[in-house]
Amino acid sequence: MPIPKSSLIPYSEITPKPLYLSRRALMGAAGGALFAGLASAGQKLAGFGKSRFSTTEKPTPYASVTTYNNFYEFGSDKDDPVVNARSFKTSPWTVVVDGEVAKPRKLDLDAIMKLAPLEERIYRLRCVEGWSMVVPWIGFELGALIRLVEPTSKAKYVVFETYYDKRQMPEAAGAGLPFPYVEGLRMDEALNPLTIIAVGLYGQVLPNQNGAPLRLVVPWKYGFKSGKSLSRIRFVEKQPRTTWMAANPREYGFYANVNPEVDHPRWSQARERRLGEFTKRPTLIFNGYGSLVASMYSGMDLKRSF
Amino acid sequence: MRFLAAPWAKAGAIALLAAPAALLAWNGFHGQLGPNPIEAITRGTGIWTLRLLLVSLAVTPLRRFLGLSELAPYRRIAGLAAFSYAVAHLATYVWLDQFFDWNAMLRDVGKRRFIAAGVVALAAMAPLAATSTKRWMRKLGGRRWKALHRLAYLAALAGTIHYFWLVKSDIRGPAAYALALAVLLLARIVPARRQPQAMSAM
Repeated sequence: MPIPKSSLIPYSEITPKPLYLSRRALMGAAGGALFAGLASAGQKLAGFGKSRFSTTEKPTPYASVTTYNNFYEFGSDKDDPVVNARSFKTSPWTVVVDGEVAKPRKLDLDAIMKLAPLEERIYRLRCVEGWSMVVPWIGFELGALIRLVEPTSKAKYVVFETYYDKRQMPEAAGAGLPFPYVEGLRMDEALNPLTIIAVGLYGQVLPNQNGAPLRLVVPWKYGFKSGKSLSRIRFVEKQPRTTWMAANPREYGFYANVNPEVDHPRWSQARERRLGEFTKRPTLIFNGYGSLVASMYSGMDLKRSF
Repeated sequence: MRFLAAPWAKAGAIALLAAPAALLAWNGFHGQLGPNPIEAITRGTGIWTLRLLLVSLAVTPLRRFLGLSELAPYRRIAGLAAFSYAVAHLATYVWLDQFFDWNAMLRDVGKRRFIAAGVVALAAMAPLAATSTKRWMRKLGGRRWKALHRLAYLAALAGTIHYFWLVKSDIRGPAAYALALAVLLLARIVPARRQPQAMSAM
């Protein structure tokens, strides 16, 4: 279609690039400030419902949940992330959802927060290292996000890529892992009602060290499956090569289901230390969520598919 | 450096080496060891074992380089302190980690090479602690006593490997200790020629 000459903007009217860039930065900062006002760590989240999937066990104290973290981008000691993630910038934030889907999307946090009503899910969290905690997450089922983008028949796995920025995460260089961190689930695992995207804990916006602004929570698997600070969710046909599998395939498998009978090569998984408890407690198969997830693995050799 | 020979200097060194344990105990009683205190105790006693093993291995090269014969007794002090931390480390594992489940521990030693390495390190230290007195030195004779006490190298090496094998992906910590150990071992080869000098300085 020919463009009428009169509709062309005279060159003199075009804002010079440096000027509009600086204006964008200014507006971005304003928007960021506004958003930060709405959703900064520690801010109360309102209007979330209870869930029948919540455990009645006593939640681990907030101080423990937020100071004992494995988040290698911010350092490899448990007390590193709470310090090093303090100034991590979580807004503006976008998540790309693409791959084998009919409707790929790029969602900002506002859109994500409106995907589904928020729920409190009090889940057990079992780390592959042998400790556990109980966390009152706030979030929504991952299924809501999956249905939005309409996966095609080729979508067999979901890949979760976490945010990585060298400048904001200088400690990542020493962690001994390649970043960005990649995790994955089989499609049925991703659609299981227990699998959630968490945006908060203890009724508040997710603290940075716990994976702000949004993270995965898969309570029947070891904690490393639940990627933090997600930036991309991709639907693929083949089982992805996840970060810990790539780093040490003998020790970390794709499934990583909590299983007291399948040892980590370097330590037993039969028992766990619940933070705050003196003696260890026995670890439960599928972290105690067997009635909701065991059927997904019927016929599978869990020792081999660990 | 005459003061190094004074009893108060040795008492001071012992107090200094006991300070990390006192701090751990103090913080433990006051709930200041973080969300996983037993892990903090395990790590604290373990890392101080390794540090003091390296300190004990640093005494002889330092003595030679600086010509300070008064340093000699400090090797024993550091070595015994290292052994004490190692025993505390083992006790933490036996009691607070495994709750005297001997079967599970035996399986651990057989199946987990990092635990086996820790056991080797401790086993290498035990006879050194037992024969650290002047009486035992006389009983064994200088040459045999010295030969036996070369087990300190094995203890430090096994301790470093123990640390290497237990980390998940960030190897900077154990690598730093391995480097320090390498320097201390090399320092034994280099000053061998300078020894007469050091002797004349005495």
